[in-house]
Amino acid sequence: MSIYEYNGSALIAMAGKECVAIASDTRFGVRNQTVWREAQKIFQINNKTFLGLGGLNTDIWTLKETFRFHHNLYALREERDMSPKVFANLVSHVLYSHRFGPYFVSPIVCGLDDDNVPFLCGTDEIGAQEITHDFIATGTAVESLMGVCETFYKENLEPEDLFETISQCLLAGVDRDCLSGWGAVVHVLTKDGITTRKLKMRQD
Amino acid sequence: MQIEHALRAVNKGGTALGIKASNGVVIVTEKKLPTPLIDESSIEKISVITETIGMVYAGVGPDFRLILRKARRQAELYKLRYHEPIPVSQCAREIANIMQEYTQSGGVRPFGISLLVAGYDHNGPQLYQVDPSGSFWAWKASSIGKNSDNAKTFLEKRYSDSISLEDAINTAILTLKEGFEGEMDENNIEIGIVDENKKFKCLKPSEIADYLNEIGD
Repeated sequence: MSIYEYNGSALIAMAGKECVAIASDTRFGVRNQTVWREAQKIFQINNKTFLGLGGLNTDIWTLKETFRFHHNLYALREERDMSPKVFANLVSHVLYSHRFGPYFVSPIVCGLDDDNVPFLCGTDEIGAQEITHDFIATGTAVESLMGVCETFYKENLEPEDLFETISQCLLAGVDRDCLSGWGAVVHVLTKDGITTRKLKMRQD
Repeated sequence: MQIEHALRAVNKGGTALGIKASNGVVIVTEKKLPTPLIDESSIEKISVITETIGMVYAGVGPDFRLILRKARRQAELYKLRYHEPIPVSQCAREIANIMQEYTQSGGVRPFGISLLVAGYDHNGPQLYQVDPSGSFWAWKASSIGKNSDNAKTFLEKRYSDSISLEDAINTAILTLKEGFEGEMDENNIEIGIVDENKKFKCLKPSEIADYLNEIGD
């Protein structure tokens, strides 16, 4: 069994019209046994950037703190927030610095740049970037998530429609994966602010 | 204190000055050589740190080479980490950090140079001065080296916030001319500019000659 499947995770990020959404399940399990239903896998980096981390839970938390540290130092030093793009580059740099003993994570970075253009980027565990303009998914449920995303995704969705789309994709996706699910959270980021919703869903 | 010696070395160095215009920055310096036998085309007082940032010094030449190497290293490290060119303020800060370290470490002396760092970033045109003590400031226009006080007074009278880069180049040359000993020509001064294209470049002697002709004598 892969170490990436030890705790289980499902994450999606999607771009809309001047908005992005990021969603994850909230299961924390140890192999097939569910331990906790309110695990956090999405972290707000600043007002316009979110980081989603799938993979091994312990590495998720270590990295989340590492990135928060680097971001806060940058913000104090330069008196500005990191743009999502720069943050993604930082993620790549940090992950590749552990090239031969990597953190077992699969990150997603999403956000809005200075002109409120959506930015989506996923990387592998050693920081190779994959920048997309529509959606990106990761975690143990990645195959089924990508399938439903390809089916349901439309371009230039308004924030409310984007929320509906990403939620349905996540709910449908995790039903085909026994290592993720058990609750979900969705963040929608627009130029006016962030809305966070928890989804009610099957608890099996 | 050692810093006073450093500042004295700076004030003996050839005059350098910079002006931040509305659409760019210019730095100029005189390039006086001890003997006419030196090939002046081989000497470079204005140097590029990264594509977007350049700097000029007044003071001890070899000290500048070391600072230049360290500044370039810091700029490249920034780019390696963020895939984005280093902002001018950060570049000036990194250089100032190095210079501060040399005022406090054992077995070293402070750098005998002051710097003018010019560049263009997300905040627009920027001009910074860095001193041997490690202090640094952002300026609209400043001068360092020999006669820098007179040059500053001259710049104060001439400066306006709306000045264009072309006018700033002419003003910079005129200011340098005020305290210039001997005849100024395209081979004994250097000019570096950066404009909205965010590319710092040193002007070629032929380009400098055009500006000198424009000003006339």
